[in-house]
Amino acid sequence: MNIQAMMVRVLLALIPGFLLMAYSFGPGVIINVGLAMLFCTGFEAMMLGLTRKPLRVLTDGSALVTGALLGLALPPYLPVGYLLIGCLFAMVLAKHTYGGLGRNLFNPAMVGFAVLIVSFPLAMSTWPDPGHRLADPLLVFSVKLHNGDALPVLIDGISRATPLDEFKFRGALTVAEFWDQFGPENARAWLYINLGFLFGGLYLVYSGVCHWRAPTAMLFTLAALSLPGYDYGSSASTGTPFMHLFSGATMLGAFFIVTDPVTSPNSTSGQWVFGVGVGILTYVIRVTGAYPEGIAFAILLMNGASPLIDHIEFRLRPHPGHSA
Amino acid sequence: MNELGNISREGLWSNNPALVQMLGLCPLLAVSTSIVSALALGLVTIFVLTLSNLVISAFRSVLADSIRLPAQIMVIATFVTLADILLQYWFFELHQRIGLFVALIVTNCTLLGRAEAFASRNRVGYALVDGLSMGLGFALVLLAMGAVREILGQGTLFNNLDLLFGAGFTDWRIQLVDNGFLFMLLPPGAFITLGFMIALKNRLTLPRRDQFSENENSQKENRSQNSSPRI
Repeated sequence: MNIQAMMVRVLLALIPGFLLMAYSFGPGVIINVGLAMLFCTGFEAMMLGLTRKPLRVLTDGSALVTGALLGLALPPYLPVGYLLIGCLFAMVLAKHTYGGLGRNLFNPAMVGFAVLIVSFPLAMSTWPDPGHRLADPLLVFSVKLHNGDALPVLIDGISRATPLDEFKFRGALTVAEFWDQFGPENARAWLYINLGFLFGGLYLVYSGVCHWRAPTAMLFTLAALSLPGYDYGSSASTGTPFMHLFSGATMLGAFFIVTDPVTSPNSTSGQWVFGVGVGILTYVIRVTGAYPEGIAFAILLMNGASPLIDHIEFRLRPHPGHSA
Repeated sequence: MNELGNISREGLWSNNPALVQMLGLCPLLAVSTSIVSALALGLVTIFVLTLSNLVISAFRSVLADSIRLPAQIMVIATFVTLADILLQYWFFELHQRIGLFVALIVTNCTLLGRAEAFASRNRVGYALVDGLSMGLGFALVLLAMGAVREILGQGTLFNNLDLLFGAGFTDWRIQLVDNGFLFMLLPPGAFITLGFMIALKNRLTLPRRDQFSENENSQKENRSQNSSPRI
């Protein structure tokens, strides 16, 4: 399977999750994904021109995939200027200064996301309330043209943090009380979105685009760690395994980003180690970190470790030719 | 005279401590968040580097070989302490901001590097010029990084310049844009800025590779020819 065919399948597999997300959070999601794909392709073309590589590289579709993944990770009312900055860092810094596709150490979409969440924490953690989402695309677009970290009054009352984010700062509430107060609608939206990405991910595994080891390892590690942390739903609980698996970007990360063939280990045992590492770090960052979602940082940290994982795996592997 | 010109060109450009030797990166990355702190730390570094080079060069013939490194560090530490106390006396508010990194100049590899590699084997005049030009080269890179990061990160230029030059310089503050890009003030912003500056320097000095080639061998050849010293 060539790169182009892989990328087309990845884009196809993103569609169910994307549609469910657009349904829950309004047209902002569609604008985000469309603009991010456009910007990423533009930056890719620019960098290909600057590094004097042939422009036909564009047709491999990797810029489109990066744009789609980044667009899906961003909140729908994020200002367009921020989105542009995210695409710039993803394509120029994370991909082309390392030498382009196949040579980047870090997943470009996650670098773009990390830059944005570190720089604009407020705008990046403000999601629409699915019950009160803005449905008019033009209105959403005008909201997105508003620049700066101060959110327009228009969306002030109808947006809120994601369940994962609010759960962490719920004070002394028990888990049951928290969900009573939070309302089931928002949590259900995230559940459906994650099921959509899970469905797409299973298609990817089935069609042979990606392997099943790292996602499996990551999801099981996350579930296993959050099981003792659940603590019968007390006020110190870190949440049910169900919440950790089906809210935030868990499924998107597990099947579409953890499996990036460039930035994850090539060896089969290395892929297990990689998945377990991402699972542990995701849980730890979600529970103890200051940011609403830990997946991006967990994946970036493990990206940095993946050459080492492959190296160690190669050293430990029995080499019949060299036995003393 | 020509010799002195060569020495200063080395420090300012061709063997610049920050861009080529890549020494002293800790203060370079940490303090370059604004022009005023970059300028202050740059001046202190020039002061310490020049004077320690001078003293070490002057005493080079009487220093026993076996204790020369501790002795050099002692000289450097003396001037750093002096600079630290003076800074605290004259610019207390500024010292509150960059004081930690002033004390850390002792461990700046540029200083011991110049003391050991240059001052301890050259005449006083040469050592003085070397200290000045190396310090100036470091300070200029620090200043450039401070300017870039202040503009991108805070949207201002010359903010708080009054801390260094007195109240008359409050008006120098220029607000270029309303919102800064916080990322540039954080550590990754520092690394990225430095990376782009090193790339720019290499672009100006190294021979250009004319065309993109997929051939790994020719790339490796190019790389070994162009390799700059790395630490």
